[in-house]
Amino acid sequence: MSTKPTLSNPKGSITGAEAIVRSLASEGADLIYGYPGGAIMPVYDELYKFQDHINHILVRHEQGAAHAAQGFARVSGKVGVCVATSGPGATNLVTGIADAMIDSTPLVCITGQVPSHLLGSDAFQETDIIGISTPVTKWSYQITRVEEIPVIIAKAFYIARSGRPGPVLIDITKDAQFASADFSYQPCTRIRSYKPVPPTAETDLVQAAELINQAKNPMIVWGQGVILGEAEEEFRAFVEKSGVPAAWTILGVSAIETAHPLNVGMVGMHGNYGPNLLTNECDVLIAIGMRFDDRVTGDLSTYAKQAKIIHFEIDPAEVNKNVEVDVAVMGDVKHTLAAIMPHIETKTYPEWLGQFKELDAIEFDKVIDAEINPTKSGLTMGEVIKTINANSKGDAVIVTDVGQHQMIACRYAEFAQSKSNITSGGLGTMGFALPAALGAKMGAPEREVVAVIGDGGFQMNIQELGTIFQTQAAVKIVILNNDFLGMVRQWQQLFFDKRYASTEMVNPDFIRIAEGYFIDAKRVTEREEMTAAVAEMMKSDKPYLLEVCVEKENNVFPMIPSGASVSDIRLE
Amino acid sequence: MSEIEDIFRFVIVAKLTEEQVIKIVKQIEKQIEVIKAFYHTDEETIFQESALYKVKSNSLFEQRQIQNVIKKSHANIVTVNPEFFVIEKTGFRKETEQLYNDLAPYGLLQFVRSGRISVTKSPMQITHILKEFSK
Repeated sequence: MSTKPTLSNPKGSITGAEAIVRSLASEGADLIYGYPGGAIMPVYDELYKFQDHINHILVRHEQGAAHAAQGFARVSGKVGVCVATSGPGATNLVTGIADAMIDSTPLVCITGQVPSHLLGSDAFQETDIIGISTPVTKWSYQITRVEEIPVIIAKAFYIARSGRPGPVLIDITKDAQFASADFSYQPCTRIRSYKPVPPTAETDLVQAAELINQAKNPMIVWGQGVILGEAEEEFRAFVEKSGVPAAWTILGVSAIETAHPLNVGMVGMHGNYGPNLLTNECDVLIAIGMRFDDRVTGDLSTYAKQAKIIHFEIDPAEVNKNVEVDVAVMGDVKHTLAAIMPHIETKTYPEWLGQFKELDAIEFDKVIDAEINPTKSGLTMGEVIKTINANSKGDAVIVTDVGQHQMIACRYAEFAQSKSNITSGGLGTMGFALPAALGAKMGAPEREVVAVIGDGGFQMNIQELGTIFQTQAAVKIVILNNDFLGMVRQWQQLFFDKRYASTEMVNPDFIRIAEGYFIDAKRVTEREEMTAAVAEMMKSDKPYLLEVCVEKENNVFPMIPSGASVSDIRLE
Repeated sequence: MSEIEDIFRFVIVAKLTEEQVIKIVKQIEKQIEVIKAFYHTDEETIFQESALYKVKSNSLFEQRQIQNVIKKSHANIVTVNPEFFVIEKTGFRKETEQLYNDLAPYGLLQFVRSGRISVTKSPMQITHILKEFSK
């Protein structure tokens, strides 16, 4: 009996290049980002033939492809895919791959490679991308034989998305793309040496529940694990039943809405006053899907020493890595948070929660009020974010770059739904936001996507305006322009005696640049026009660039100085 | 190589605190192809290193003491020809080092030492672990 040929099971033998494209399509990768070049040309020839199945977005620089794939993955929960040629094409992906590695973003990156007989000969556009990418990928593999293609690509998708997600790089020599073989695509469901989710011990669940039930002043710190594990509902149920005040890391925000009564704000270097100070006063600290990054903990020797610490975690290597914990609940938080529920007592902590509110009031008086309701002339970044909130009602995806604007946006943006904050957290990659916003808009076309970017970071991948123009992805770009590399300038002011070494920027006319790409653009310098301009931008159904000239030398507070204790958080 | 086909055993020597070694073991185990990583103290393992010493043949005949050095060290002579002879010594680092020091005065043409190979004293149930992995 003959079966009808399908995408995954064509009739007869096909080329490696076609096998690559069919493998991608079989995984449901219908939107990919890339840039052609010599060693990947056979694949592009097949992408041309399969354009009804796969929409390939031509970026303007391979770094943009990686970040766009990240934005797509973060907003959609799917695996992001990017394609590049050998040599410079591959090395240009590396920053994005490293960013995806440290922020646990599932990516499959396909790179072309010189023909296998030229490997090691310093051939044109040859680079050892496996050697380069090994430390920043979850897995990498070089294919030199056509027969390997479907098996390896299936493995790549499985590894990228399972367990703690991460980027995978598959390097494919040009001769393997040209050669032919029979093809049948089988998704990968298991690798002998790879256990994506460690088993959960019932005793750990019981022990954790006991600590939580007996606690007087418990506190939750949750991270991106809740979002990656799609455990938002389980997390909400856990928070509400346990009654424990919950604070977030920068990548965890939006897992539950900003307005939730038990959401007590952000921890870390520029986090909120209350959750940082009370980290060192709680008696039980419940860490959920977070990794105790140094930007969260500050000085480890004075971090939550008084508390019993419970760690819900999927990656065994994260347990006791930075902070020694009392109970580690291993497993996928979607499972473990549901499994602990029957053991958890329904409780509230009105007095303890009141302490967060008191500290919040202090922070409001000393920092927040002046940032979001300024009375002095000179626009603040905070009031711009507040105006975006008023227009978005918390439903926008906020994509941020790295620096002062990022901290302000993450502190003040309001979120009503999950997967709404896309930022470069671990790697701190300037230039992330513009391409990531493009990917986010394409991954969630029905949602409003607002990229908030500094004048420095905007110019690090400014070329992606070309991709936005070509695709007409309706990304809203807000440049918070202070003509400085603001965060570095802030550190120079506070810790280097105001020696502003190489942080002042003489900027181009961003509006004319946008106009060159036929993107609607507007510059505002005054408070009166800012509100209307934000509203106009949000109403537009096209790409739009709004440059807001903000106060040049404002600082982000509160701040835990680098290496200091969370207790040493400064309000000014 | 290992006792199981297609499974390879690597021995890595780490001079670190136990806390640091545990972190390294977890990072190694996180590699996709790694089935299992263990750590052991010296006392929990039998370990050896191998060394080769290449010496001019005429020194064997001209300097009789060298024969005593070889005899005392329980080293094996791997090959002898008119130009040179090669001695092999397997043992602890201090033993291969001792032989190096004893031979050095007579002139060593070449010296090379392997990394550590080791087995555990207690049973290591890799077959069992593999079964667990295959589940």
